[in-house]
Amino acid sequence: MAASFLIFKGGKMASPRVATVMKQGKWTPWFYVLPALIIMTVFIVYPMINTVGLSFLNKDSSASAATTCVEGEACWGALENYRYALTNEINTSTPLTAWNTFWTSSYGNTIKWMVFMVAGTVIIGLVFAVLADKVKYEPLAKSIIFMPMAISFVGAGVIWKFMYNYGTSQVQIGVINAVITALGGKAIPFLSQPILNTFMLIIVGVWMWTGFCMTILSSAIKSIPEEVIEASRIDGATEWQVFMQIMVPIIAPTIVVVITTMVINTLKLFDIVYVMTGGNFGTDVIATRMYREMYSSYNTGRGTAIAVILIILIIPFIYMNIKRFIQQEAIR
Amino acid sequence: MKKARKITDGGPRTPLRTHILIIIILVIWLLPTIGLFVTSFRPIQRINTSGWWTVFSPDPEVKQADGSPAATLTLDNYIDSLMGYRGTKTYRAECASGSPGIGLTCTARDLLNPRGMGIAFVNTLLVTIPAVILPILIAAFAAYAFSWLDFKGRYFLFALLVGLQVVPLQMTLVPILKIYAQLGLAGTFWGVWLFHTGFGLPYAIYLLRNFMGGLPRDLFESAYLDGADHWTAFRRLVLPLTMPAIASLAIFQFLWVWNDLLVALVFLGGAKPVLTYQISNMVTSMGAGWHLLTAAAFISMLLPMIVFFALQRYFVRGMMAGAVKG
Repeated sequence: MAASFLIFKGGKMASPRVATVMKQGKWTPWFYVLPALIIMTVFIVYPMINTVGLSFLNKDSSASAATTCVEGEACWGALENYRYALTNEINTSTPLTAWNTFWTSSYGNTIKWMVFMVAGTVIIGLVFAVLADKVKYEPLAKSIIFMPMAISFVGAGVIWKFMYNYGTSQVQIGVINAVITALGGKAIPFLSQPILNTFMLIIVGVWMWTGFCMTILSSAIKSIPEEVIEASRIDGATEWQVFMQIMVPIIAPTIVVVITTMVINTLKLFDIVYVMTGGNFGTDVIATRMYREMYSSYNTGRGTAIAVILIILIIPFIYMNIKRFIQQEAIR
Repeated sequence: MKKARKITDGGPRTPLRTHILIIIILVIWLLPTIGLFVTSFRPIQRINTSGWWTVFSPDPEVKQADGSPAATLTLDNYIDSLMGYRGTKTYRAECASGSPGIGLTCTARDLLNPRGMGIAFVNTLLVTIPAVILPILIAAFAAYAFSWLDFKGRYFLFALLVGLQVVPLQMTLVPILKIYAQLGLAGTFWGVWLFHTGFGLPYAIYLLRNFMGGLPRDLFESAYLDGADHWTAFRRLVLPLTMPAIASLAIFQFLWVWNDLLVALVFLGGAKPVLTYQISNMVTSMGAGWHLLTAAAFISMLLPMIVFFALQRYFVRGMMAGAVKG
């Protein structure tokens, strides 16, 4: 569900401007919408507000977060949990250490995820959509790329942990290390080597989500008017020029939508990291760090503060979504 | 999807290097899953001494615990993980020798061993089915009102709902867990069903409303002339016509709930272990070797794969329908 909010976007927004055709009682509409509104209020709206409140309180929500300040150390008063959430992972003794520790913090890792997973899924998805369009076995090829979408992150975690398996003995049973040693290299502990390991996890994410991007981009490509492509071919454009100068600009709006969806997905990402490394060896992302504060350290204040930071990062996308919706309604 | 038009029709003939490039990408995409699948059928002694790609040339020297030569392929991994057997031999061997581990009886009751994948599969089904039906049902009602009824705040509420779609569920875990603790809903199926319903609704309403709103206006006019009220129109007209959208929505929600870890982890935990919980426990506790993990992972993937390949048309059609006009 996470990603799919935009799947039907655009297309069939054509509900009539004046909705009613039939007569309706004064309360009729509310019988239909109230159950949904109540459930969403209880499960989304109220908890969001409550979470913000809890983030100003201490570990067990019994007093203000200001009471957790330690004498002689930096303190942000009621915002103490935010001080912890924002600065604790970062060593500010010199600008250089701050810079380095930022990039191995949960924030730095989340940025890496955002940049590389979004770029990876969108680029591979787009290229594969165009390539597959040229061959007869397109449906089969696309099914194969799309298949990981049906697997849980947990299942994918097991699959790739096995791929990355690092044997301490002579025999490597993980494919990648087996290839490396067969070529005369030294086996690499992919998941416990900081910095490298985050990128190995991102590969798993790309493997899972490329199919999503490919499917949407492929349908956008197929909706480009044939004449446009033909005309440019007659004008002597190479296939690469057709791709870069005709296709990409035409489907740019779809690309933007896919990118925003993927950014939201990566911000929320939890399972892959939780299953494969548990956030150890410097692979923490915002969501796993929040989970640990909440359910391993049982620190509600800090956990909710991290959750609030997460939603603040997502608010621009909520805004964009609503704006796009209003535009679509206007052009109907 | 099969009939999909080719944008490159009339372009130059597809060069060989395009085929090669596609095949390479496909192999990379398939290889990890094939590795898991093959490994899940190999005996434990072989998994740890040779790569799964050697499956066609097995080493005859590999022996079982009792000294007899190990089989090339076996179903023991599946049996062991279903029953939750974690010992050093196999469930079948232990039962044959009459000394199964703690908590095992060597009868069909072992399928419900809390450490096994058998009970987890049942629990996952029990979580998933209501968590798919409930939100769709409630969303269908709301979507009908949003598309064919007039009420104050209709536009505003719908815009709000569009925004709610991207709220991360991490944002709501703590307060809801507190409410659940007070109501005694923590660790119960009702807790997870309601949570999934709450989080499934914004998207479900959004999707169904787009579909219902696209139904022709004449339909409702003639239904009204025939004397139908809203309830009849909803039941007899709108629901049947919306089935394609409901089908794709059901697949999305099914895959989402079936594959979810975080919600199950927080609200059910070990009280009623689901597949993802059980596997993530096996991974992190290190108590289970690759033979159990690979079989367990495959058990968890089986149903989603079947649903995916059988109903892929609905799934993809749902995605296409909206994205084309991007």
